[in-house]
Amino acid sequence: MSGAVLGIQMAYWQETLLKLGVGLAAVLLLTGGAVYLYLFKFVSFMQSRLGPMEAGPYGSLQLLAEVGKWLQKEDIFTENADRFIFGLAPAIVLSSTFLMFVVIPAGPSAVIADLGTGIYYVLAMSSLSVLGILMAGWASANKYALLGGLRAAGQLIAYELPLVLAVIGVVIQAGSLNLQDIVAAQSTGSIFGWDGIGSPYILTQFVAFGIFMIAVQAELTQTPFDMPIAESELVAGYQVEYTGIRFLVYFISEFATAVGFAAVASTLFLGGWALPASWGLSNGVMHVVGPLMISTKAILLVGVVFWARFSLPRFREDQLQTLAWKFMIPIALVNIVVTAVLKVAF
Amino acid sequence: MTATDTPRTDSTAPVLDLAALDAARVRLTADHAVLRMSEHDAEQLSGYQGPTEEGLADRMIMNMGPVHPSTHGVLRLVLEMDGETVIRSKPVMGYLHTGMEKQGEQLSYLQGPTNVTRMDYASPLFTELAFSLATETLLGIEVPERAQWIRMLMTELNRISSHLLFMATNGMDIGAVGMMLYGWREREEVLRFFEMVTGLRMNHNYIRPGGVAADLPDGWRDEVLSLLEVIPERLEEWDTLLTGQPIWRERLQGVGVITTEEALSLGATGPILRSTGMAWDLRRDEPYLRYDQVDFDVVVGTYGDCFDRYSIRLAEMYESMKIVRQCLDQMPTGDYRVQDKKVTPPPRARIDESMEALIHHFKIFTEGYKVPEGEVYVAVESPRGELGCYIVSDGSAKPMRMHVRAPSFVNLQTLPHMMRDSFLADTVAIISSVDPIMGEVDR
Repeated sequence: MSGAVLGIQMAYWQETLLKLGVGLAAVLLLTGGAVYLYLFKFVSFMQSRLGPMEAGPYGSLQLLAEVGKWLQKEDIFTENADRFIFGLAPAIVLSSTFLMFVVIPAGPSAVIADLGTGIYYVLAMSSLSVLGILMAGWASANKYALLGGLRAAGQLIAYELPLVLAVIGVVIQAGSLNLQDIVAAQSTGSIFGWDGIGSPYILTQFVAFGIFMIAVQAELTQTPFDMPIAESELVAGYQVEYTGIRFLVYFISEFATAVGFAAVASTLFLGGWALPASWGLSNGVMHVVGPLMISTKAILLVGVVFWARFSLPRFREDQLQTLAWKFMIPIALVNIVVTAVLKVAF
Repeated sequence: MTATDTPRTDSTAPVLDLAALDAARVRLTADHAVLRMSEHDAEQLSGYQGPTEEGLADRMIMNMGPVHPSTHGVLRLVLEMDGETVIRSKPVMGYLHTGMEKQGEQLSYLQGPTNVTRMDYASPLFTELAFSLATETLLGIEVPERAQWIRMLMTELNRISSHLLFMATNGMDIGAVGMMLYGWREREEVLRFFEMVTGLRMNHNYIRPGGVAADLPDGWRDEVLSLLEVIPERLEEWDTLLTGQPIWRERLQGVGVITTEEALSLGATGPILRSTGMAWDLRRDEPYLRYDQVDFDVVVGTYGDCFDRYSIRLAEMYESMKIVRQCLDQMPTGDYRVQDKKVTPPPRARIDESMEALIHHFKIFTEGYKVPEGEVYVAVESPRGELGCYIVSDGSAKPMRMHVRAPSFVNLQTLPHMMRDSFLADTVAIISSVDPIMGEVDR
């Protein structure tokens, strides 16, 4: 993997360090942007209020104020908590989030690790977070946290299936698990011979896209699927005993995962970092345009997630499971069969 | 889908089947929905959680409240749960007990409304009204016509603001966060009018024995008209946002079901009783003020579930607006309080001119006015049900006993029965649909 980045020769470790640093900065920046844009402002306008206005122009520094506040808070361990597990849980959730970003490409070679099994790896890493949540729920020694943890486990596992099944349609069509190949397949494709915008898979895999986004909503435990933290039932679910920096870690990972899944969805369905083939820009230019492309698409999709979150009431636990097992999984399976048949036919 | 298609209006007088009532009473005692256990025993059990050597503990005692986002203040529920299913439950209250009824015995009849208005803080004018009506019955005075209509106008607006608050909290409890802010926003419009008339947003002390504290200010009519313009528009929006919403319907329909007989046996009134299909509304069945001269419908449900209670409240706001419109049309001129010098303080200007006025003023504000011996119970239809005030007078200037029959308190009894075998998520919807105000429960 050693080689040139933007024409500069680097050792492997230098290149990895650079990619990690840039990747981390990009993820945190995008997450912060999404939180400010949607959680603070978009929602405030939906609810006919102004949102934060004091910290910085139009409250743009509010997030820094919040982070500063959380860092100052006392880090409380409850008396009966399993201290080791309790402390470890947020770290697991956070690492599951950041590991997702490792294979998401933002340009021709702007990817931390270009794995052959890219999408498989993303889904595997994203489902690690359920471990952390279950650990948090159990180790808190709190009944609300326990119920929240168990609800989360049931929900995340149930929605893992439609998520994976929705992706399979794309994988069949692209003929690869590698995210770069999927991007390339979309940008070089054509719609009935017209290759003006390539062939983003949202046009052919719209069913899979719908299922993917609903499942993402559930994986992120955002309303209408927020029973694990349902503030009016379980107060804060598995997060109920967390304070200070550990709570902040959950907060960051929740929104970073939203950005991560949105980036995955835009890679799979909206053409990823690539511009349509006919633009023919050089690789060097694409290293600037690509990250902008995928960031824009991802931020827009995060907006869809938040839009749903603040418009819909919350499901009940049994209704949630019904939706996953009786509707989404069968539809996803039919989508796979239809995709496979059409793939062979054409 | 509109809000009015589930509830219907019923003009027939309710017929009671006593045998069915008895059967309901037997059923309610036999269903073991109430956790009949001391708090101490429940606490002993609550230490028992998670897997044991014998296997999984199948029941868990869970404490919900008094500090919990959806127990509407300080209600506390001790739930016996099997996984996520509630088996038995026990509402515990008293966390907001401030001894207001006892305090009422230390306050003169003039000071009384200041005290009772703090009971049901979401609809303060109704408690003031019940107290004032009771005192006036004891005094044997008839309140001027204008005061009657002002009282009707204000209490109906208060019913709207209280139901708006219900919409907000109900939305929040079901997870529709936006709804909370919309509800509070619209309620604020009504409260702004209250502030204009009474000087305060809540705890008005506006309706007093003998009339109301002050006449309606200039420009009140335009303010009410603008309210009547804004609120229906917003209610339409909510209807679109919630009533037809599939998740909303699934969460509320068939949840917290109660029958007419059960509701009656438990003493439940208001939207809970009406949701079961029984058209019982004191405004129509035992009219007070001038409710016999206005035209409105009593909205009833069919299934007795949370959705019926939600849509009844939504539809009742339209009915209240109908009454408010009629109040606007029929508002008479005249005095806003009774011209009885023993009960009504003289105007400030008269005190400088008349020795007699000064004496009356001094007597009323120091020792108050004496109320003839006797006892009386007067009930009004508050947004939560039958709100009654029972006063025993020993002929002095202070009540010997003052009791308020708070609808929230009685309605809480229905909780364990409605929650039996429901999910934890449903308990939140059920508490919300009962809409208890804890200040009124604990008094």
